[in-house]
This record gives sequence, structure tokens and C-alpha cells, in this order.
Amino acid sequence: MAQSFDDITKQLGKRHRRTRRLKLTCMAAMVLSAVFLVVFLGDMVNRGWSAFQQGRMQIEVSYTEQSQQMPLTAVDEQYRQLVSRGFFRQIPQRMEADPELLGTTRTQWVIARSSVDQYLKGRENSLSEQQRQLIDRMVEQGNAKLAFNTTFFTTGDSRMAELAGILSAALGTLLTIIVTMAICFPIGVMTAVYLEEFAPDNRFTRLIEVNINNLAAVPSILFGLLGLAIFISFFGVPRSSPLVGGLTLSLMTLPMIIISTRAALRSVPDSIRHAAFGVGCTRWQVVSDHVLPVSIPGILTGSIIGLAQAMGETAPLIIVGMVAFMPDPSFSLTQAATVLPAQVYSWASLPNQAFQEKTAGGILVLLAVLITLNAAAVLLRNRFERRW
Amino acid sequence: MLDYLLPAFIVLMAGLGTIAFWMGRQRAARVRAEGTAMRSQPGQYGWFMSLASVGAATAIIFLCWLALLITGSPVPLYSLYFIGLAVALLGMGLALRYVRPDFHARSAIEGVIRFMLAGAALISILTTLGILVSVISEAIRFFSMYSFWDFITGTQWNPGASFLEAAGRSSSASSQAQFGSLPLFAGTFMITLIAMLVAIPVGLGSAIYMVEFAPRGVRQAFKPVLEILAGIPTVVYGFFAAITVSPLIVDIAGFFGLEASYTNALSPGIVMGIMIIPFISSLSDDVLHSVPNSLRQGALALGITKGEMIRNVVLPSATPGIISASLLAVSRALGETMIVVMAAGMSPNLTANPLETMTTVTVSIVSSLTGDLSFGSAHTLSAFALGLVLFAVTLLLNLVSVFMINHFREKYRLNTI
Amino acid sequence: MKQPNTMSRQADAISPGTVEDSEHDAMYKQEHSDREGVTNTGESPVRPDEAGSQGATDSNKPERQQPSNGEPVTRNTKVDHDSISLSASDLNLWYGDHQALKSLSMKVYANTVTALIGPSGCGKSTFLRCLNRMNDLIPSARVEGNIEMDGRNVNSKDMDVVALRRRVGMVFQNPNPFPKSIFENVAYAPRMHDIVGGRAEQEELVEKALRDAGLWDEVKDKLHQPGTSLSGGQQQRLCIARAVALRPDVILMDEPTSALDPISTATIEDLMVRLREEFTIVVVTHNMQQAARVADYTSFFHLGEIIEYNDTTTLFEKPATRKAEDYITGRYG
Repeated sequence: MAQSFDDITKQLGKRHRRTRRLKLTCMAAMVLSAVFLVVFLGDMVNRGWSAFQQGRMQIEVSYTEQSQQMPLTAVDEQYRQLVSRGFFRQIPQRMEADPELLGTTRTQWVIARSSVDQYLKGRENSLSEQQRQLIDRMVEQGNAKLAFNTTFFTTGDSRMAELAGILSAALGTLLTIIVTMAICFPIGVMTAVYLEEFAPDNRFTRLIEVNINNLAAVPSILFGLLGLAIFISFFGVPRSSPLVGGLTLSLMTLPMIIISTRAALRSVPDSIRHAAFGVGCTRWQVVSDHVLPVSIPGILTGSIIGLAQAMGETAPLIIVGMVAFMPDPSFSLTQAATVLPAQVYSWASLPNQAFQEKTAGGILVLLAVLITLNAAAVLLRNRFERRW
Repeated sequence: MLDYLLPAFIVLMAGLGTIAFWMGRQRAARVRAEGTAMRSQPGQYGWFMSLASVGAATAIIFLCWLALLITGSPVPLYSLYFIGLAVALLGMGLALRYVRPDFHARSAIEGVIRFMLAGAALISILTTLGILVSVISEAIRFFSMYSFWDFITGTQWNPGASFLEAAGRSSSASSQAQFGSLPLFAGTFMITLIAMLVAIPVGLGSAIYMVEFAPRGVRQAFKPVLEILAGIPTVVYGFFAAITVSPLIVDIAGFFGLEASYTNALSPGIVMGIMIIPFISSLSDDVLHSVPNSLRQGALALGITKGEMIRNVVLPSATPGIISASLLAVSRALGETMIVVMAAGMSPNLTANPLETMTTVTVSIVSSLTGDLSFGSAHTLSAFALGLVLFAVTLLLNLVSVFMINHFREKYRLNTI
Repeated sequence: MKQPNTMSRQADAISPGTVEDSEHDAMYKQEHSDREGVTNTGESPVRPDEAGSQGATDSNKPERQQPSNGEPVTRNTKVDHDSISLSASDLNLWYGDHQALKSLSMKVYANTVTALIGPSGCGKSTFLRCLNRMNDLIPSARVEGNIEMDGRNVNSKDMDVVALRRRVGMVFQNPNPFPKSIFENVAYAPRMHDIVGGRAEQEELVEKALRDAGLWDEVKDKLHQPGTSLSGGQQQRLCIARAVALRPDVILMDEPTSALDPISTATIEDLMVRLREEFTIVVVTHNMQQAARVADYTSFFHLGEIIEYNDTTTLFEKPATRKAEDYITGRYG
């Protein structure tokens, strides 16, 4: 009655081929996204790694009275177009601070202009043929080299590419994130505790739940509009300040923290609550003494991921003006500031090739921090995840 | 001077709170030491005292401040601090009378905590209201200057001249600002479409591979790839689109004899698609996982091949979930800002050619809010009108998506007997 | 045995009264009495030995069997080869490091109902899933040994699992109709296997399968409603119809009634008895009464081994091993 195995198997070839085709297609999709990541990271590293190096040259600097008035004269004429203008600016201050310098001539390493820097890195630059030969000679004599770029990490923004750094942006990010977490962590956890442990199942509660889910999917730029209209225009929080940036980001991160905290609370089995109620705890005592302590890893994991998200967010911060040009780092919550992603954005819009390198360098730093944070969150989750 | 006032006040209040706590506890402890049974622990009386003094004072200061701001009157800081101090002291005095054996300090604290938690939960509602109020009120101001109908149907977006109008200098009709938003929506739609064409096949394909085919090792190796992709900030994607993908597209188009703009719509579209891949992939992963295994086994046990099982049993069952994920992804793409700001053009262009320059709603919002424009100008306010439309569209997408995913979940809850 | 009964349809309408049950029992008593007289060899496990070449109803003279190497199942060399549907020999299965099946050997006879019983975790479901290689879906599972069917080793690499499952159908513990219409649930697999072509052919096949599963009268007016809209018992019969539609050689049933109410259970038990006219049925059950009611042969599993395998009457009335006796009399399980 039934067909033999061989008969059936003969008919199956086409169907098996279709399965294989589907499998290959899906695998190609997966490989494609992995390739995207590799190409993308590779491109960033390729563009950005050189930002961590800086062109320097060793030249004679003569500290005379004339050079105090006209700093350009401190160095030999042929070097004037090669040394960073930032160095010349510092000469008068330096001589004031150290009177002994007057009248001396010192051979010292100075930061090269970005065109020299780019030339040393083999990139497009605006140097003349003569200048290139000069630098080639200096390299041969060991008087020009690429060294680790400390400036990048120790200064703020600058119009001169060779002096631009990420310090003020990093500080701005730090302050903003502190404000963000100080606001949204307690409120988020409290909301989650309320919804998970206290709230009666009524229409108001459901409204809050729907609202939170919806808020999580609202485009971030709308939070920027909120920050602009409510915090800046209405409450008068200073524009561009870490305070207003943090407030805006905290509202944006709130849903994420609420959702992950709720998940963490939900994973605590009811038997623990029943046991605590059974020994006469009030609801709040049950939560604070028994439920919260065991769900802390879950809450922290969600918060770290939310924090990483907030750190990378740019659009709402641009709207509230946090793309300020910040040559000097500031510690104030109410003064203008910028953040790392915004710094990346403003560098990216500059045409200068040297700033493209800075942009990619800034991106590498940002990515390193974010990937570390995310990895920490994953580790935390894996380490402390409890299976009840 | 004022800068130090706030910290000083906070320290003062903290001190008062500590004193109140200590007084409450001492008193309760004394009563208890006399041998009277009390309803609550001494510490709980302490907390009650703190809440009644400092808690009440903080709440009242905050409410007064808010009321003053809303009515638009100047805020008399000194008076506020004074009121706060008075309330704190009064509260302490009153609360001290309640430190007695028959008072349920514990329930009182419990009530206050409950109230505070509910207050925290209210903030998410206030956030939504805040977005709505800010967007709607400014949009209304905009529509009082510019006709709503022209905004929705106009094909010319030319806000540049509006500052002249605002300055009372608009002379000729040719320099009149125009806010016809159609080209913006067309650009947004085009870029979103491109992004979806990249993200949905790739994201869904990798989810299917991960759930149905991949051996454990591959799954574990690939998860981090997606997590890293998902954690990359959009500004980075924007840089990538502008600096790497756009020139590449121009080159490729040139190879085929086509002319492409450096701010073409294709490049932000593709990169946005890459950005959304992990989003679609992880949501589809969840959806595919929630298709019960019994269905798969039922199909396989009938001699159905794996491919047929996926196509005819798993995917049809998962369709509502996948559609829901895609809608959420569309909503994300519509609201995505940095990639388009950095890689798409600034000039509105009503075209169907993705190689031409185009701009989007979010780009216009950013560009109209970043110049040195006065807040009241039509140009600035147009950002809020666009924001309103963006909010409405994404809200609709999110709600439909939530509805579909709930429907999907219910279906499977019912089916597992 | 010629007793295709029509009780299945009534069963849903009337309560699962004792009348029906006793009818059941009477029928099986009669049937099994044909095979009485199987002897067993002391403590060593026993096998069913009559070779009912075309169904268990033929009354054969039972013969005494020698146990081979003390294996739980002795092999009857005299059995006509055609009547053996599946034959497992020296079958081992590991889940990771845990050995779930230990050197099992067992023959399943064509056109019979064979029940696998035993305490939870004894490997009976695992064994069942070996027969159509559903264990392939569990990454940690590793199988060794032969299962012979139609002259081929089911476990060999060159056996196409799809072809195997086409001939060895399965019904699961929980009804799992596809989220498609009732019609599609039945017609889908035959269409995929190219058994049916046009619409008319499909309709004919669906009707036949649903009639075979005793579901036709209940659903003929709503063939295009979703399969999930049916009651649990109806869903399970739909799943049986789905399996029957392919006209497989063997239908495996993994506790098919454990999720159902007593009325549906009775209906499905009737169905099994009726279906063995055409198919070989292997059923895993927790319920010893069920095994006694429907099975021609019963195999008792314990800790991954077959302790005793015999025709049902003998196994239940004169169990040869202490363990089987203890289990059957309810001393553990």
C-alpha cells in the first residue's frame, strides 16, 4: 500500500533543495549583518586610530623680548608655518610664568601643525613641496616624529585640529549622565515597584503601562522638543547645560529602566513575597527587605544598558543646545557644555581632513566606553542571574 | 550668594530631618521603656517624624514653586525657603504629639511610601503630557501664522525667508517663507522605505537562521554581534553613512553611468537599515521562539521538510508578531535623526530617485532649531508642527504594533490547552 | 478482530458511564482470550509470541519462547517477517551523559496496537520518538543501534528522515493543530507530499481522513474554521486525521489522551482500535487501564529497559516479572 522508502526519497530531492536554499539565504542574512559590523568597525578603526598619534617636531625656540611681543619670531622662519599656532600663543604666558626663559634658546619638542601631522601620517595635506622636503629631512634626522597624542585626551575643543581634544566633551558627558541617572534611576525603580508590587489592576494602572510602552518607542528627538519647550522655556533651566541635557535624557531613559526593573521584579518568585507576608511584613517591608535585594542585579543590568543608550544619544541634546564649542573643560551643571556624541557630530561637520580623523578617534573612544558598559551589563547578568 | 543658598538649605533640611528622626525614636523608646506596648517600632516613629517635617516641607516648596511658575509670577526664593523651614518645624511639632502607643506609625509611613511611588509612576504620564503640551501649544502658534492646509499639502518647503518676516522686513512676495511639508514627508518615507528594505529581510533572515537552523555555538557567537550593533550610537552610524557609504554610492552609481548626489537618500537609508537590523532581528527572535515547538514537531512528524515547516507553519503563525516588530522598526526609522542629519541633504526635494538629495522631517526639525533664530519665528515653530505629526504617526504605529503583538500572544495562550 | 464500533460518536454525547467501559472490557476480554496460554519463563521477561500475520485477531497457538541471552525481549524467529512492522535491536540512547535507553530490543507487529507503559522517566516516550527519529530535534541526544523497517535501518545516515516520517506518523500528548483551517490541517501534508493534486481530490481525501478519525460529522459544516476553534478532544482527533491522511504504515501516539477529558479519551481509544485495521499503532500511555483496553501487546519499561513485553492479557493477568507485577498492581509508579 504505502510507497517504499526509496520511492519517497526519490521525490524528496526538490523539497530538500528548497530547505537548503532557505537555510543558505537565512545564513547569508546573518553573515551579512556580521560583515556589516566588521566593515563598519574596520572603517572606524582605519579612520580613527591615527587620531591617537600626533606629529611633533624638535626645533630651536629662542625666548627673546621680541618673541614675547611677536611669538612667531621665536622660531626659525622656515618652521613658522609648520608649528602649531597654539604653541606660539602660549609663548608669552610661558615666559611670564618662568622669567628665567628670557634670553635663552632651547631645543624642544613642539606640536606640529595639523598639515604636518597629516603629512607624517601619509594623508592629503596642504604643504608645499619645499615644506615636505624639509620635513622629510627632519624625519631623517629624528627631529620630527609621530608620538602618542596626549593632547587629544587632555584638552577641550579647538579650531586648530592639532589642539582639539575630547576632555570637555567627556566631562560634559559625565555630568550629564550623573544628572540623568540621579533622576531616572530612583524614579524608574519607584515606578516599577509601584506597578509591579503596589498598583491595583485598574484603568489608571493600565494607562500608565500603555503609556510607558509607548514612551519607550517615541522618537528621541521629541524628547528634545520637550526639553526645549518645558525645561528651557518654561522652567528656565539654562540652555546647553548638563542640567537640561540630563533632565531631557532622564525622561528618555526612564521607560527603559522601568521596563527592565519590572522584568527583574517579576522574576522574583511569589513564594518569597508570601513568606515575608507570612511573618508579618508590611508590603513596603516585603519589597525593600526581600524583593529588591534579590532583584538588584537585574535592575543594574537594565540601568547600565539604559545609561549606555543615554550616553550615545545625540538628537535631543542638539535640540537643547548641547553642541556648544567648549575649548575649556567646565565642571558646572549650569554652564554650557557639550557631550561626546555631540562633539563627534560637530567635528564631523567640519570639512578639514584632520577633523575627520578626530571624529573617528572620538567615535573609537565612545564605542570603547559603550561596549565596555554593555559588556559589563551582560557579565553582571550572567554572573548574578538567578534561576528560581 | 544664591548659589550657596540652595545647598545650605538642603543641608539644613537634612539636619532637621535627622533631628526629627532622632526625637521620634527617642520618645518612642522612652515610652516603650516604661513598659507600654506600642503599635510600631521606635525607628518607625522616627521615620514618621522625618516625613512629617522635612517631607511635608519639601513637597510644599515644590508645589509652591510649580504653582508660581505656571502662573508666571516671579519666584521669591527667600520666602519659599522661609515657608519651607516653617512647615518643617510646624510638622515636627505636630508629629511629636502622634508619638504615642496607639498610633500606627507603620501604616502612616506605608501610606506615604505608597503615595510617593504612585507619584513616581505619574511622572511617565507627565512626560507624555509634556511632549504633547509642548508640541501642540507651539504647533498651534505655528498654525496661527501659517495655514494647516498649506502645511499638509504644500510642495514647497522654504522656511529661509521667515526671519525676514519676523523682523518685519519681508518685502517681495518671492521671499515669502513657505512651509509645504510634502517633500519632507516624501523624503522621510523614501529613506524609511530603503531602511526597511535592508532591515526586514536581513533581520528576519538572521532571526530565522538563529532560531531554526543555527547550532548552539553559532547562536552564542552571533548574539554579541547583534548586541554590539544595537549599542552603537546613531551619530556614529551617521558619520559612517556620510563619510564612507555616500562616496561609495556615488562611485558605484558613476560606474553604471548614473549621477548620484553626495547627500543621496540611499546612503542614510541603507545605514539606517543596518542600524535597525538588530532591532528587527531580536524582536523576530522572540516572536519565533514563542511559536510553540509542538507546532514544529507536529509538522515534522508528518514528513514535512524543515523549509516547508518554516514557510508554511512557523512564519504564518509568527506573522502578526513580525508585522508588529516591523511597525515598531518603521516608527524608529521615521524618528531617526542623526543619520539623516549627517548623511541626507538639507534641501527638500520631491522626487522618487533615491540617488538624489532629499531631506526628512527630523532634519528640518534640527535645522530649524539650531540656528540663531528667535524662538517665536515661524521657522522655529514649524519644528513643533513637524514634531506633532511625527508624534502622531509614531504613536499610531506603536499602538497598532502593541495591539498586534497582544493579539499574537493571546492566540498562543489559548492554543496551549 | 472485526469490531469497528460506532461508539466514538455517541461517546461525546453520553456520559462515560460504566456501561460503555464494561462493553470495552468485554470486547477486549474476548479478543485477548484467544491468545491465552502464553507461557513465561520464570523471572525472565517474556515476549508476545503468536505471529498474528494479519492482525491480532487470528487465533494462533501460542508457543513457548526461549529468552535470548536474558534480554528482555526474546525474538521470535518463527514470526513471519512481513508481519513485523518495526524491529528495534540493541538500541541505546544518551541525553548528554545520561543513558536513557539501555540496549533495547523490541519488535512491533503490523496491524496491532502496542502499548508502552512504565513509570515516568522510564524511557517509553524516548523510545517512541526514536521510531520516527524525533529525537534528532534534541541536540544532546545520541542514538546507537538498529531499528529496522521495511528492510532498512531507520537510524542509518542514508535514511531520509522526511521519508521515514512520511511512513511513520505521530500524534502528540497535547493536540497541536496548525493555526490553519480544519481542511488545511488535513490537506496540507498530503499536498506537500504530492499525494493529492486537485481540489476535488483534496476534498475527497480530507473527508476520508476525517471519517477515519471519527470527526467528519462534527466538522463537515465548518471545514474552513480554524482547527484551534475545536474542543480539546476534537483537536486531538483532528491531529489523528492529519496523520491518517498520509496513509502511513505506523502511527505513534505519545500519551494521546492524557490532556483530554474522559469522554474524548473513550472516543480516541475506540478510534485506535478501529485504526489498527489499516495501521500499526504504538501508543505510550500512563494509564494502565487504557493499555488494557486498547492494546494487543504491552511492553513494560523501567529505567530505560524493557522489563517485560507480552500480549496484553498475559502481561496484566500473569506478569512474569516482579517489577511489572508491582507496577501493575499499583505498588509504585
